[in-house]
Amino acid sequence: MLSRKVTSHGQDSSYFLGWQEYEKNPFDPIHNPSGIIQMGLAENQLSFDLLESWIEENQESNWYRKQGGSVFRELALFQDYHGLPEFKKVLAEYMSEIRGNKVKFDVDKLVLTAGSTSANEILMFCLAEPGEAFLIPTPYYPGFDRDLKWRTGVEIIPIHTSSSNNFTITKPSLQEAFQRAQTLKLKVKGLFLTNPSNPLGTALSLQELHLLLSFSLSHSLHIVSDEIYTATASFPTPSFTETLSRLLPDPLHPAWSRLHVVSSLSKDLGLPGFRIGAIYSHNVELVAAATKMSSFGLVSSQSQFLLSRILADKGFIRGYARENRRRLGRRRGVMRAGLREAGLRCLRGEAGLFCWVDMRGAMGPGPASFEAEAELWRRMVMEFGVNVAPGKSCHCSEPGWFRVCFANVAEETLREALRRIKAVVADAGVRR
Amino acid sequence: MLTNQEQLLSKIASNDGHGENSAFFDGWKAYDSDPYHPTQNPNGVIQMGLAENQLSMDLVEEWVRNNPQASICTPKGASQFKDIAIYQDYHGLPEFRNAVARFMEKVRGNRVRFDPDRIVMSGGATGAQETLAFCLADPGEALLVPTPYYPGNDRDLTWRTGIELIPVVCDSSNDFKFTRDALETAFNKAQESNTKVKGLLLNNPSNPLGTVLDREALSMAINFINDKNIHLICDEIYSATVFDEPGFISIAEILQESPQTNPELIHIIYSLSKDLGFPGFRVGILYSYNDAVVSCARKMSSFGLVSTQTQLLLASMLSDEEFLEKFLAESAARLCARRSMLCQGLAQMGVGSLKGSAGLYCWMDLRRLLKAATFEAEMELWRVIVNDVRINVSPGASFHCSEPGWFRVCFANMDDETMRVALGRISKLVMQSNKNSESRKPCRRRSKLEISLSFRRLDEIMMSPHSPMTSPLVRART
Repeated sequence: MLSRKVTSHGQDSSYFLGWQEYEKNPFDPIHNPSGIIQMGLAENQLSFDLLESWIEENQESNWYRKQGGSVFRELALFQDYHGLPEFKKVLAEYMSEIRGNKVKFDVDKLVLTAGSTSANEILMFCLAEPGEAFLIPTPYYPGFDRDLKWRTGVEIIPIHTSSSNNFTITKPSLQEAFQRAQTLKLKVKGLFLTNPSNPLGTALSLQELHLLLSFSLSHSLHIVSDEIYTATASFPTPSFTETLSRLLPDPLHPAWSRLHVVSSLSKDLGLPGFRIGAIYSHNVELVAAATKMSSFGLVSSQSQFLLSRILADKGFIRGYARENRRRLGRRRGVMRAGLREAGLRCLRGEAGLFCWVDMRGAMGPGPASFEAEAELWRRMVMEFGVNVAPGKSCHCSEPGWFRVCFANVAEETLREALRRIKAVVADAGVRR
Repeated sequence: MLTNQEQLLSKIASNDGHGENSAFFDGWKAYDSDPYHPTQNPNGVIQMGLAENQLSMDLVEEWVRNNPQASICTPKGASQFKDIAIYQDYHGLPEFRNAVARFMEKVRGNRVRFDPDRIVMSGGATGAQETLAFCLADPGEALLVPTPYYPGNDRDLTWRTGIELIPVVCDSSNDFKFTRDALETAFNKAQESNTKVKGLLLNNPSNPLGTVLDREALSMAINFINDKNIHLICDEIYSATVFDEPGFISIAEILQESPQTNPELIHIIYSLSKDLGFPGFRVGILYSYNDAVVSCARKMSSFGLVSTQTQLLLASMLSDEEFLEKFLAESAARLCARRSMLCQGLAQMGVGSLKGSAGLYCWMDLRRLLKAATFEAEMELWRVIVNDVRINVSPGASFHCSEPGWFRVCFANMDDETMRVALGRISKLVMQSNKNSESRKPCRRRSKLEISLSFRRLDEIMMSPHSPMTSPLVRART
C-alpha cells in the first residue's frame, strides 16, 4: 500500500528514544527538578543574549534594509533558488571569517538549502547512484543513517576507529573499509567526513587530512566535508580546502571538482529553527544540479534577509564569534572538570558542543559489551535522569563511550547533570 | 572532459529530470533577459507565465506593519527570539499547525474539520509533492495525472523518486474534464506495461485550467481510487483563489460524505504561496488521513522544514479572523475583476478562453491562430508570442495538453496598466493573424470597418470608468 521507505527511516535508534523519554519528563529547575536533563542535544544556547541585544539595537531588521526601505513585498515573492544575493554575499564572507580568512568563498559556488540535513541529502543524490557507497569514519552523527541513506538509497560503510589511538583515522582502517565495500560489491563514490567531528569534538589532524586526500585522489573519490561545527572550535584548525590549496594549488586539478563542503548556521549562531544550510563546491555541474534540487527545501526569504542584516554587521559578527568561542571553551572546561571529579575521562577535543566520554568503567562487572552499554544508558536516563547519546547509536565500534552535550543548558543545570553522572559512576563502583 | 564530468555525478544530477529544459522555462529566460518596464523598457517581455498572486499584497503588508508582535525583530516580538530560533522540532510550532488547520477550514466554509496533528510541513508544495511520492510509491511505480497538468509535477514527483507519471488524457470536447473512461484507459495502459499504479493526483482548482472540480467529478474520482485501492492526492493549493461560482469543493468534504471510502487513501497538498501570495516564505503543507503517511512524511519534513521565523509570523496572521475575512473576500474580488478584464478583452478580439472560477491564470484558446493543428505549429506561434509580441505565456504542450493551440496566461502578477499593454499586444497578434488568414482565403472578406470597430469596443471597455480595469484597488507591482 505504501512505499518501502515508510518503514526504513532509521529513526529507531536509542538516540531518538532518549529524546522521547526526555520529552515525557523534562527537567526544570523549579517545576520539575527530578525530571530528565537533556544532555543529548547538540545545540548552542550560550550566546543568545548577544543576538538578542543586536535585535534590540536593530529593530525592524525583519522587514527593512539598513538604509531604510521595506522589503516585505520583495521577500514575499522571492523564490529564486539561487538565493538572495545580499545574503549569499555575507554568508560567503562569514564562512571565510570563521576560518580565519584563510579560505575565500565564491558566491557562485554556494547553494542554499534548508539546513545541513537537506544539504547532505542533496549531495548524496548528486554524487552517487542508489546502492553505491560512501565511507564514513565511526563514530558518526546518528542522523546520517536517515539523511544520507534513506531516500537516496546510498550505502554507508564505516571506517572503524578505536580508542587506542584516540579514534583517529588510519591508513589500514581506510583500506579495510574500502575492501569491505568491494567484498559487498558496493562501488565507493566518496568519503564523508564531519570536521570538526560530531560526536568526538575533535578536528581532523593534518596527518589525517593528508591521508584522506591522498586516498581520495588515488581512488578518484569525492570528499564531502561537513563543517557545521567550524565556529565552535576554540582555535581555527586546518580544513580540507586549506590543505588541498597547499597540496594542489591549481584550481583546474580534478581533485577540486570532487571536494564539497557543507555549512550551516545552526551550530555556530544557534539558529537551528531558521533552517539555513549551504553546499559549497567547485564542481560547476554539481552546483547547477544541487541548486535545482534545493527547490525541495529552500531557505525562507524572511530568514535569508534577517541573516543578511546580522551577518553584514561585521563588527558585531567578529565580536560574536570571539565571545561565542570563549564561552564554549569555558563551558567545555566546566564539563571536563566535572567529569574528572566523577572519575571519568573524555577525549581531548577543542571543538563541538559535546564531550566524548569514556564510561567503560561504569558499565558494571563482566566484559565490555553493547548490552552493558545499553543497560548503563537506560539507567542513566530512567534512574539518574540524564539523557546522553550512547556510542552504539553513533556506530562506535567499542562499547562504553557516550556523547554528552554541554551547550544547550544553563550552567547550573550542567552542574546538576554532572552531579548525577558522578552518582552513576559511584553506583557502578558499588555494584562492582 | 564533459563525459568525465558526467560520470563524476549521479544520473539524477546529470539528466533532464529537473525539467528545466522545456519551453515552459524558455519563456522565463526570455523574460529574465529582457523584462518589461513601463518607462525603462517598454518593449521588454511582459511576464504572463508566472502564476503568482500579487493583487492583494498590500493587505498582507498592512497586517504585518500593524502586528509587530508577529515579527521577531520588533520590540514586541523580540522576546520570542530565542525560543523561536532554537525550535527545530519537525512537528512544527503547535500554534502554527493550529492556525493552518483553522485557515484551511475557513477556506472550505467551515464545512470540514482538519486535525492539526495531521498537518506536516514541507519545503513549499514542491517539497510536499515529492515527499508524498516517496511515501506512497517505490521507484518504477506510477501515479495517474489528468492532462493538462502543471509542468513542475514532472520534477516534483519523478525526478529523485524514480516514479512515473501516466497521463489521464482530457480534451476540449468536454472542457478538459476527466471521465471514468479516461481514468480506466490510463490505468489499463499502465497494467499492460506492467507498471503498478499507486495513486491518482488531482489538482483542484486546476492549474492550468482555472476550473474547479464539481461534486460529480470528485465522487467519481473517489469511487475510482477506492475500487482500485490506490491513493488519491489532491493538490488544493489554489483553494482560496476561487472568486466565482462554481465554488470550491474540497476532497475533504467528499470524504466526509463517503463513509465507504477508505480514508487512508486520501492525502491533501497545500501551500500558502498562491492563496496568500508569498511563495518566498516556503510554506508547504501535507495533510494525510493515513497515520503511517503522516509519521513518515513528518520524518521526511526534516529535509524541508518551514523556518520557525515564518511559522511564528503565520501562526499570528492566520489566527486573525477579522483580517482573514477581509483578505479572502477582497482577494477574490480583485482576482475576479482582473480575470474579467483579461477574458473580456480577449473575447472582444475573438479569442476564447476556458470558463473558470479560480486560479491566477486563464486557459486561452488560440487554436484558430495556428497554421496547422500540430504542436509544431503551437511552438511556432509561441515563439512569435514571446519574441515578436513580447509576452511570455505558457504553451499547452508544456502542460502535456493533448490538443495543440491552448496557452496558459497569468493575470495576477502585474498591474492594470501592464495588463492593458499586454492586451494591446495580443490584439495586434490577432489582427495580424486575421490579415494572414484573409490573404489565404480570398473569398472571405471582412470589412476594415468591422475590424476597427471591434478594437474601438476594446478601447471603450478598457477606458470606461465602470470597467474593473480602472479600479484603483487593483494595483500590483509589475
